[in-house]
Amino acid sequence: MRPDSLGFCRQLFVRHLRCGVRRVEEVFNSLVFFLMVVTLFPLGIGPDSNTLRELSPGIFWVVALLSALSVSGRLFSADFEDGSLEQLAVSGHPLGLCAMAEVLAHWVLSGLTLVVAAPVFALMLNMVPAAIPTLMLSLVLGTLCLSLLGGIGAALTVGVRRGALLLSLVMIPLTVPVLIFGTSAVGEAAIGYDPSRWIALMGAFAAMGLLLAPLAIGAGLRISLEQ
Amino acid sequence: MWKIIHKFGSPPWFFRFATKAVQWLLPLMLIALAVGCVWGLLYAPPDFRQGNSYRIIFIHVPAAVVALAGYYVMAFAGLVSLVWKIKMADVAMRAVAPVGAALTFVALVTGAIWGKPTWGAWWVWDARITSMLILLFLYVGVVALFEAYENPEVAAKACAVLSLVGTVNIPIIYKSVDWWYSLHQPASIKFTGESAIDASMLYPLLVNIGAFYLLFAVVVMMNMRATLLETHTNAAWLREAVD
Repeated sequence: MRPDSLGFCRQLFVRHLRCGVRRVEEVFNSLVFFLMVVTLFPLGIGPDSNTLRELSPGIFWVVALLSALSVSGRLFSADFEDGSLEQLAVSGHPLGLCAMAEVLAHWVLSGLTLVVAAPVFALMLNMVPAAIPTLMLSLVLGTLCLSLLGGIGAALTVGVRRGALLLSLVMIPLTVPVLIFGTSAVGEAAIGYDPSRWIALMGAFAAMGLLLAPLAIGAGLRISLEQ
Repeated sequence: MWKIIHKFGSPPWFFRFATKAVQWLLPLMLIALAVGCVWGLLYAPPDFRQGNSYRIIFIHVPAAVVALAGYYVMAFAGLVSLVWKIKMADVAMRAVAPVGAALTFVALVTGAIWGKPTWGAWWVWDARITSMLILLFLYVGVVALFEAYENPEVAAKACAVLSLVGTVNIPIIYKSVDWWYSLHQPASIKFTGESAIDASMLYPLLVNIGAFYLLFAVVVMMNMRATLLETHTNAAWLREAVD
């Protein structure tokens, strides 16, 4: 840790954000992927609006989880391939913190765009309108949790060939609490209950993730650089 | 104290120790397993409500207990390997993962076999079953990550990090699955009489739990010996030990 590490990480964050905004088609692609998978569900289970309404929180969260994991597979691969990750590792700044700049920039781009687009998808799935604010709030925290977990998985699998499927295999069991908190919050809001306890639990999970994920990501990246 | 720990870190010492330990523990385990199974399956009284079908708990519960403990053994070995860089801890971690996965699988299969006559279905999305299934996924993830790396040393470190992340997460997963289940309470399916188990059933169960711990220890040590045989093929101490 150097005295200017935090400033350096802030610069990294802004740089990643700027790079992400310039490659806006990637964000767009992930939204289209989301839309397509959402479309598959009515095609698979039938167009009955009551069934869809009942299943919509679960469908929404499962798709969010899968799309978050599928995009986090590429999180560090560009930096790994062109050697800038090694530069960061020897820079004297804590590697975990530098990687967090990238994870958080990724979250802002992919997670928060999903939050903004969520009402449209929710209405397509015939979700109860009253549950939509809860859905958006839980998605803000939930996509952060998923980005952090995806970051850990990406750090551990970045050096492995065909790491994308492996990342999902390794991380899906760890994302179970996020799925349960998210679907429970939205499901309870849909029937008129107060979902705040689930939101609070998700917030606690996100807070713990923010604290511990830098350690795991830093360790994982160093291991991946070693081989 | 430190001397003993250092000894465990040395492959030649451990190889000889494991050879000796397996020689002693293997018969002990077979005896305990035989006693527990015969006692539990033949002599323990049938259950008031479930009749004889409950007897599968003498396999099911020990497998589940040791499977869960195995994850923590693996994570502890991972911690030792990351902090003190002891190679034998890597070997231990690699040896535990498939054994733990197999025991979890046994617990799931025996649970399904028990569920058919008791609940009328092979698979019920009960909180405990679901948690065990997720535990199986966690083990499979560790094994898959290990297999994906070409260099076993790097693989062991990556698996150590993963199993530590899993250790932090396991209590949260268990609690959240519990809440998920109580939220969607279907019908009145409950585990009967496990908290208030009679002594005549408890003692054979405890014997079998002990036997499964021994089984776990024996298989893990045999696994570790196999890894050492593989990685130190040309070492002089190994030739001596094998001859």
